[in-house]
Amino acid sequence: MEKYWHVLNIGLQNTLVYRMNFLFRATFGLIPLIAVISVWRTIYEGKAGGRIASYELTQMISYYLVITIVDALTAVTEDDWQVAADIKDGNISQFLLKPMDYLTYRLCLFGAGRLVFAAVALVPTCAFIWLLRDNFVLPPDAATAAWFVVSLVLTALMQFLLSFTLALLAFWLLEVATVIFIAFAFEYIAGGHLFPLDLLPPAVAGALDYTPFPYMLFFPVSIWLGRVNGDALWLGVLVQLLWVVAAYALARLVWSRGIRKYSAVGG
Amino acid sequence: MNMNGEPRIPHGESSAAHGGGIPHSPFAIRHYLSLYAALWRNSVIRELGFKANFLMWIIVEGLWFALQLTFIGVLYLHTESIGTWTKWQVVALVGTSHLIQQLFTAIFLTNLTALSEHIRTGKLDFMILLPVNTRFLVSFRQVDLGGFVNAVGALCVISYALHRLGHTPGIAQVVGFLPLIVVGIVIHYSLMLMLCASSFWTVRAQGIVWGYYNLFNIARLPDEAFRGAFKAVFTFALPMLLVSNVPVKLLVDKLGSPFEMLLLVSLAALIFAASELLWRTALKRYTSASS
Repeated sequence: MEKYWHVLNIGLQNTLVYRMNFLFRATFGLIPLIAVISVWRTIYEGKAGGRIASYELTQMISYYLVITIVDALTAVTEDDWQVAADIKDGNISQFLLKPMDYLTYRLCLFGAGRLVFAAVALVPTCAFIWLLRDNFVLPPDAATAAWFVVSLVLTALMQFLLSFTLALLAFWLLEVATVIFIAFAFEYIAGGHLFPLDLLPPAVAGALDYTPFPYMLFFPVSIWLGRVNGDALWLGVLVQLLWVVAAYALARLVWSRGIRKYSAVGG
Repeated sequence: MNMNGEPRIPHGESSAAHGGGIPHSPFAIRHYLSLYAALWRNSVIRELGFKANFLMWIIVEGLWFALQLTFIGVLYLHTESIGTWTKWQVVALVGTSHLIQQLFTAIFLTNLTALSEHIRTGKLDFMILLPVNTRFLVSFRQVDLGGFVNAVGALCVISYALHRLGHTPGIAQVVGFLPLIVVGIVIHYSLMLMLCASSFWTVRAQGIVWGYYNLFNIARLPDEAFRGAFKAVFTFALPMLLVSNVPVKLLVDKLGSPFEMLLLVSLAALIFAASELLWRTALKRYTSASS
């Protein structure tokens, strides 16, 4: 579809305006990263075995570095606020008239935003990883790397679709910021942002497996670190794919409901 | 309602008559207190207009606090200590950091982040014209009441952590703890004011709040986890590793020497002075938004 290429192109140009902002974000984001790595180093120093829940120090540090990479490529930053604002300000009306699908349009803008952010973040992040190169592991082989990429794309889609759906709540609610922050809090901890999920008691970690959260960050990171092997690998990717399909269906459903409500109000 | 007769909005004739003399006369403190009371009243009325939203924000903040505590809980599933810090000492630290952050949010945060908007739209002109100290107005215009509710939650967590430590702090420790909290708030306030004042030079300064939250992140971690240049920068230049660590160390008998408290207080004074200097320089070069 050629028109969506134009959208992508416009998205790239629009987000390039924010490149300095992105650079600051990526650079300042390293401060908490350094902090959490320092805390883990201190913990490992006090530990005789050199292992915590099957993580060696190198793997633990790599875990947080890979999170930074995945985050740069998949995290939703502004898109949900923009969708909510489009609905509140009535900008959504024009998409009902144009032969353009709003979800696809938004997906293109999200993709463009991530590409620009990743390009800008590349320099500070790579410099930082290079400083820690002794403690940074690469995927064990090419096949694992390929699986990582597949899982990364699915993660990005899940991140986008769930944020999109939450933002659509603006059809019904005056203020969606609190709802988004609450959902983000759950994703933050249950997705593995703060710590690897297998540090949790097994019962809790097992229960989390039945939610979409681990597939929004923890799963691709585990693939990179070579901690998911054999059948678990393709089965995991399959589950992730199912979550993407489910999230897509939900987004479509909420959208069609919302539009009905919207037209009713707008008259 | 109990303040009938007092000037409601700072353009009453009484304040105008005093002109530039206000900040120095003893009458000024009473004047500014009554002014602040009026600003408080406005904030309460504003919050009452959005009750559900007010409650939701308290839930959001409470949830993020719980998240930090969960992180500590999970860390201590796998270790006995971080340096010499035990689990409940770190919980007290996270609580104290949250206490400082929430009080700062309640009193200052919205006001400071609004500054760049006031500059961009030229609203600052109006504030400069009012017969009150502009920095006072910029800093205290609005109160975020939810922050106080969350601060109470933080106090509860600190008390519970002390209870689990089996430690009852002495009077002197509590009396020392409270002013150190105020000192911590002053540090956050002055640093944030300086960051926000940068919008006098560059119009786009949105990333600031986000950037500053990264610093809050460090403040709740035990100082012993850090070393080298990182520790030096965040102790002596941006004293994030002192702000909540020092009061907690005082409270739980961990203080190496009283020198640490002295360092915290003198750095706070230094940073506050620097912020005043920067503020004056910035105001001097302010040339309004339009024409």
